[in-house]
Amino acid sequence: MHSTGYTIVFVLIMTSVVALLLAGMYTVLKPIHDVNEKNFNRKEVLKAVGSVFEATDGKSVESLSDTEVEEIFSSRIQQYAVNTNGDIIEGVVAEDIDMAKERKKPESEQKLPFYIYDGGAEGTYYIVTVRGNGLWDEIWGNVALRADFKTIAGVAFDHKGETPGLGAEIKDNSAFPRAFVGKTIYSETGVFRGIDIVKGGVKNADYEIDVISGATVTAEGVEEMMDRGIEYYENTFEDIKSDGKLDGKVANKATGMK
Amino acid sequence: MAETSLETQAAEKPAVVEKEPLFGKKERRLLTDPLDDNNPITVQVLGICSALAVTTLVIPSVVISVAVVFVCAFANLIISVLRNRIPNQVRMIVQLVVIATLVTVVELVLKALDYGVYKQLSVFIGLIITNCIVMGRLEAFAMANKPWKAFLDGIGNGLGYGLILILVSVFREVFGKGSFAGFKIIGASPEYLIDTASISWLGWYSNNNLMVLPAAAMFLIGIFIWIQRARNPKLVDIS
Repeated sequence: MHSTGYTIVFVLIMTSVVALLLAGMYTVLKPIHDVNEKNFNRKEVLKAVGSVFEATDGKSVESLSDTEVEEIFSSRIQQYAVNTNGDIIEGVVAEDIDMAKERKKPESEQKLPFYIYDGGAEGTYYIVTVRGNGLWDEIWGNVALRADFKTIAGVAFDHKGETPGLGAEIKDNSAFPRAFVGKTIYSETGVFRGIDIVKGGVKNADYEIDVISGATVTAEGVEEMMDRGIEYYENTFEDIKSDGKLDGKVANKATGMK
Repeated sequence: MAETSLETQAAEKPAVVEKEPLFGKKERRLLTDPLDDNNPITVQVLGICSALAVTTLVIPSVVISVAVVFVCAFANLIISVLRNRIPNQVRMIVQLVVIATLVTVVELVLKALDYGVYKQLSVFIGLIITNCIVMGRLEAFAMANKPWKAFLDGIGNGLGYGLILILVSVFREVFGKGSFAGFKIIGASPEYLIDTASISWLGWYSNNNLMVLPAAAMFLIGIFIWIQRARNPKLVDIS
């Protein structure tokens, strides 16, 4: 049996060694982690315009190297942080916004990332970020809209802990995000209606999407997140629609927030 | 955490100090026993929790297996080196600190090497800390054996765990999602190798959603245990 003094000294030495080791490793690897995370998130943004990118460049976003992602982001992407009023928030980089934190703030104080993708011959696309709740944990995604601000050009979803094979299919099954392409989130009369995820077959192909069987709650989460998340950007859309550029001046603010 | 009865012959100290070969018969048995006769999952019934949770896809299972082999081997080695110096009152805590450190090392390295896989696995990597196999082997073997043997025992048990993990995940991914390690094999869409929607006599086939749920892993492990014991009756009354 060891004495109490020995035990205390042993524990102190052990914890110091472990703490030093882990702190050292963390410091050394942190720059690599940061680069990895940044490129991972940038790819998530690009995935929303994945089909456009494939049409112009002939390869998938998934296969891009870190330097290629870097290049595309600097040459084709403009990024802004906006708020629900349609103002541009200066001094904030869109890709640095932590949506999980923003979500907890009141709507009018949230910072929202807004990306403009220059697809060359394919035209301009606008990418917004949405975030909501799935069955087990948060789900999020990037939604690309065509220049009419009505038609969805592509979506890319991700999640924290949805059930593989069921809820996780929003990401794993490429047919699900593909079903969103071409859906219109505004009715003919210009009223925001978002998308509808329905059971038992799509009746109105303009805005309805077939549910993944066994993933009802996750699908409801996707629907809620899309409807709420895209509407946050309505004033920003109005701003661009009014004069073709994003300058933070919204002509008709009255149509905005509820 | 269950302590096992199979360790007795390995744990007792030889009466006469003889020269031990670096890689003799005993050492080889430390590596091969956990693969079959003393498998941590099917015989010792340790580490079931993670075997149910992470086995929906093949690639994450392989990554977890590699991580567990690493953690198990080095935790065994470190604890065995320190075994005479660890104060008995805090030995479980010391073991836990060693395990947690190694798991954090794995997590940091994986995050730097492959961020995509890290994202996919993040929670489960952390959960290796609670994997009963690692601590079970520390208590049952590393505390009573020399470092080299403990190291081999760690590798053996990690591999034995990984073997079952990968077997289960192959069944679950192929029958649950129609793919193998991400490569799409069978399903009702043209991107699969066998497109059941276009082959009329295969129209009845659909992927089994039960296989992606943890319950399916329970059934599969049950079947493995059944097959193993039918083949080797001496295991029947062990655990």
